[in-house]
Amino acid sequence: MDMKRDYYEDIQLLDSKVLWFWFLMLIASLIVFPFLAPNYYIYMANYMAIHVIVTVGLNILVGYTGQISLGHAGFFAIGAYGTVLLMTVLHLPFLLAILLAGFIAAFFGFILGLPALRLEGPYLAIATLGFGMAITQVIGRWQVFGGRMGMEAPSPSFGAYVLESDRQLYFLIVTIAFLLVLAARNLMKTRVGRAFIAIRDSDIAAETMGVNLTFYKTLAFAVSAFYAGIAGGLMAFLLGFINPSTFNFILSIYFLAFVIVGGLGSIFGSITGITVPWEHIDNVFREVDEYYRTSQYRKHNIRPDCYSARCV
Amino acid sequence: MTNDNFFSIHNLSISFGGLMAVDNVSFDVLPGSIFSIIGPNGAGKTTIFNCINGLYSPDSGKIIFQGKNIIGLKPHKIAQKGIARTFQNIELFSRMTTMENLMLGRHIHMKTGIWTGSTFYRRGSRAAQEEIKHRERVEEIIDLLDLQVARNQFVGGLPYGTQKLIELGRALALEPQLLLLDEPSAGMNSEEKQDLIFWIKDIQDELGVTILLIEHDMKLIMDISDRILAINFGKPITEGTPAEIQKHPEVLKAYLGEDEVIGHAA
Repeated sequence: MDMKRDYYEDIQLLDSKVLWFWFLMLIASLIVFPFLAPNYYIYMANYMAIHVIVTVGLNILVGYTGQISLGHAGFFAIGAYGTVLLMTVLHLPFLLAILLAGFIAAFFGFILGLPALRLEGPYLAIATLGFGMAITQVIGRWQVFGGRMGMEAPSPSFGAYVLESDRQLYFLIVTIAFLLVLAARNLMKTRVGRAFIAIRDSDIAAETMGVNLTFYKTLAFAVSAFYAGIAGGLMAFLLGFINPSTFNFILSIYFLAFVIVGGLGSIFGSITGITVPWEHIDNVFREVDEYYRTSQYRKHNIRPDCYSARCV
Repeated sequence: MTNDNFFSIHNLSISFGGLMAVDNVSFDVLPGSIFSIIGPNGAGKTTIFNCINGLYSPDSGKIIFQGKNIIGLKPHKIAQKGIARTFQNIELFSRMTTMENLMLGRHIHMKTGIWTGSTFYRRGSRAAQEEIKHRERVEEIIDLLDLQVARNQFVGGLPYGTQKLIELGRALALEPQLLLLDEPSAGMNSEEKQDLIFWIKDIQDELGVTILLIEHDMKLIMDISDRILAINFGKPITEGTPAEIQKHPEVLKAYLGEDEVIGHAA
């Protein structure tokens, strides 16, 4: 429907019954999925959901605010190590630990946002690249963080109920990813998101319209780092073990690749963007491909999509 | 009637390297009036605007707005005091719709922060309420400037004249007390220019906004200005009413050049 009858429809998530239906279908399928799929797919779904969080966060920075970051693996690492240390050293409950780790990452994002006020394009890329690599170096040489040997991540638990299996983790990770994606979408529809986009399109005009450039540019970095930090904490739970080489430079490149393939300035794109083939995703495609060939579900048009994606 | 504290510039100078872009310019703007600055290309008109906005920091001089010197304030602080502007080369947010562009103009009047903004989930939520309220204000501006057709279109693909109007609308959405218009009619055809003259008059009369105008279209300038300042090479030549400016020999020499232009304008 193109006709709008009131202003709320401009910012509403679901403005028709059809969309509500598909939205509920999406939730239902997300809930049912882990009970039907084999374990490996659940693991892959977790893996992808975590990357969705990072990608959405990075898209806020790169796609919406127009600032590049090649250092997001650094925030990812801060989130992961922060969560693990807060849980093992301070014995905080995992939800609090992961939230705090997110804020620690956001703080580092804010710090990195300060030089970003004066740097643009390739210069900013190099500065953030340096940050990402410095983080892994520091972690790798500092025994508090387990050095190069890495450290084991405790399992998250609600009291005595421990989330151990991939399926249990799935509900945690996908719920958080779901909420963070919705939050990002809402944010971009309201005042703060508009300020971000305005800075991207014309920072001079944004400034003269009363947008505080210093504040919003660093805020974009902080928000983006927060997303990466939360995702990092979840990654620690998923892998059960973290070491510096998990958060290498190539990971930052992947994050950026997801954003760009998915589409700059598109939340939905950030979700689809993570289907960029890398070793794990590629395996999924191969198996889906195989599955297609050996099954009768030919009416599902899966294959051409997967095939083209693999060729990218 | 006279209120020199509303907006005045005293001995403003700025140089870039060895070039004096603005050299000792002073003027007073009465509240509710239309004050125009004219001068040949490169005379320093836009530079004066950039100084007022805080985009440039002048070497010397004072810019008084509502009794306070605004030099040294950041651009967004100056916007919050109620000074809005449009640009000579369009500076719209090209990948936003017209509505969103105008909503950005409401930025300083809105409060939604990161938390309320990201967690609204129903019509009654605070962020949603605020959005709705300000959309109503924006709708009034869309009505005023006849922008309904462009309302939900991305501005990047709209015609030049429309984009100029959207810039004007965005500046109005800020509810300024002082509006700086940098060549609002550039690139418009004569019909659009006629409409623009009406709108500028409307803005002055109905909204009570004081307007500072840079223009090259002499007909438009002479029609609507209350006072005019002519500058050349950064130096003020003269200041006066349109009738005085048209007769001033220095202005003729420096800017208008030929008698025909004057005849046409009058």
